Amino acid sequence: MQRNPQLNANGELQHLLSIEGLPREILLQILDTAESFVGVTERDIKKVPLLRGKSVFNLFFEASTRTRTTFEIAAKRLSADVINLNIAVSSQTKGESLLDTVANLSAMHADVFVVRHASSGAPFLIARSVKAHEHVINAGDGRHAHPTQGLLDLFTIRHYKKDFSRLTVAVVGDILHSRVARSLIHGLTTLGVPEVRVIGPQTLLPAGVESLGVRVFHDMRDGVRGADVIVMLRLQNERMSGALLPSAQEFFMKYGLTAEKLALAQPDAIVMHPGPMNRGVEIDSSVADGPHSVILPQVTFGIAVRMAVMSIVAGN
Amino acid sequence: MRILIRGGRIVDPASGRDATGDLFLADGKIAEAGGKPDRTIDAAGLVVAPGLIDLSARLREPGYEYKATLESEMEAAVAGGVTSLACAPDTDPPLDEPGLVDMLRRRAKALARARVYPIGALTLKLEGKRLTEMAELAASGCVAFSQANLPIADTQVLWRALQYAATFGYPVWLRAEDPWLAKGGVAHDGDVATRLGLSGIPAFAETIALATLLELVRATGSRLHVCRLSSAAGVEMMRTAKKEKLPVTCDVGIHHVHLSEVDLGYFDSHCRIEPPLRSQRDREALSRALADGTIDCAVSDHTPVDEDRKQMPFDEAEPGATGLELLLPLVLKWGEERGLGLVQSLARVTCEPARVLGVSSGRLQPGAPGDVILFDPHAPFRVTAETLRSQGKNSPFLGHELAGRVRATLVAGNVVYEAR
Repeated sequence: MQRNPQLNANGELQHLLSIEGLPREILLQILDTAESFVGVTERDIKKVPLLRGKSVFNLFFEASTRTRTTFEIAAKRLSADVINLNIAVSSQTKGESLLDTVANLSAMHADVFVVRHASSGAPFLIARSVKAHEHVINAGDGRHAHPTQGLLDLFTIRHYKKDFSRLTVAVVGDILHSRVARSLIHGLTTLGVPEVRVIGPQTLLPAGVESLGVRVFHDMRDGVRGADVIVMLRLQNERMSGALLPSAQEFFMKYGLTAEKLALAQPDAIVMHPGPMNRGVEIDSSVADGPHSVILPQVTFGIAVRMAVMSIVAGN
Repeated sequence: MRILIRGGRIVDPASGRDATGDLFLADGKIAEAGGKPDRTIDAAGLVVAPGLIDLSARLREPGYEYKATLESEMEAAVAGGVTSLACAPDTDPPLDEPGLVDMLRRRAKALARARVYPIGALTLKLEGKRLTEMAELAASGCVAFSQANLPIADTQVLWRALQYAATFGYPVWLRAEDPWLAKGGVAHDGDVATRLGLSGIPAFAETIALATLLELVRATGSRLHVCRLSSAAGVEMMRTAKKEKLPVTCDVGIHHVHLSEVDLGYFDSHCRIEPPLRSQRDREALSRALADGTIDCAVSDHTPVDEDRKQMPFDEAEPGATGLELLLPLVLKWGEERGLGLVQSLARVTCEPARVLGVSSGRLQPGAPGDVILFDPHAPFRVTAETLRSQGKNSPFLGHELAGRVRATLVAGNVVYEAR
């Protein structure tokens, strides 16, 4: 197999495409750098000049408001120029190929491409085609990876739990279609979390999910028992009823996080969700808004983490 | 024209012969020695073997000339030592009417390279709904009927198609893949697809369809050739079916003998092929079954795809790999890895596919067609876009070193290719 395409010849982060295959040191470097940016985001003047004069292109081949906005804020706080391209409704519909689009933008002197695409692996293809000084950050590709989300989840867990080495983390819901779950699981196992659990019906777990280093639970109560961290995944509307699940109601009954199920976890357990939430489908409002929830801090940390990733790749 | 091929290592899998000697061709056929040759070819240090017979090669005509043309692919065939090839009906339009088949055969004949055996469409437009005029198609030269990679989802139609073909003794060549289970899938449903977030095609998509096909063979007596086995479980079902003496044969794509899901690496779209590359265990079972004869033949499943259709995210990329020029080196590599002699390994691409096709080539006995290749089994070469003559440069082996170079190819006693 070829060299990890995310790393340059010195083993430094050239692109951020996936958490899988990144050494622990790089993950910690990102988390530590993000730590230093949390202060910036709380200041009156929320800007540092690290990316002044650099251009960040937000290339969203799949619609997303939240992730794109957080990348935009992060880039602006680093003093970069940000160009948002909503390609889902422009060149692709005109038949331009993905690599032609990228080549055109590259000719406009981009420094960082933030890419979201509906196909797993698309950012790898782009990373192979860009110039040596250009960097690609995966903002979510198909079911494959969403590394900045995974990193902000790791950041949040570290913020509240300090030490990864004694944690039990439960990831609940639609693992099959979730790039968030894949990225988080790789991050947790790389940072030494001893027990990572996935909880869901067989229809929402990918083949051989154990090979990712997780324990599988089909019963939510068994799965959350004693957990320090519970990560609820979003269930897409189109998957709520059909061949995978009979109904959102039944899903909530079996796998929705309620106060009663949460009570089985550690008393100081934290509850996370990558958003946007479906209240009453994955999570009960009383839990989402309750004292265990760290869902809004996740969003705040997400900006610091994306600043960290952009400043690190652009500096390498 | 009389040709003497002198002093080569003559390997004839059909008879088991493997000895240094001379081979004589006269009037387009293998002949007993005698008379003064018009030309003598020195084969010292080379293997002299029957030309390869490839049961699956797409020439992309008609309809997909931007991917490949008959000229480019026939050139690639003879450069790869392939002297006979069966081409799938998934052209545009598909080979579902005699006029198209006639045209293809005439074009191929005019090029005077490899022999082309068209496989007719089993259903109109390959839609899996209405039968084609099989008798007409057979009369125009179709040697079997198939759906290429397209399914017949309606089992009533599948049953009737096999019944109808069986009535006239036409062989049916089908892939075993349940279209519902395969729907949307782009990779083997296993660890790698799970990691990469690709939609999977489970191995039981093959075995469920194969169970249906074998039941229908029992019911209809149809002669079935199962194309491109991909799973260990599928291999076991074929083993059992053959023990039962069902009239079935099967093949495997040569890529599946060497590659597995692991080779997808970081979304290498060259490894997007149909059926998907499965687990290492499946690959090993296929390789072993090809050696023990459970799998009758190895095929290139040659599918030229233009660069633009491969430079795409894995799930959007067009499936297929170029293969005509890699079939021989990859078969040699497989034979070496399994410790087989040339007689055994070459049988899978010469006399065995000849038996499936029902043709008299693929052997070196006097009277057989003069389809012969001379190759150096140890000559190394690097697979690059430049070394491939096919218009399709899409290969998972790009950049790899392989051994086995064809030095000359003869079809019907004429030299149609000579390496410089």
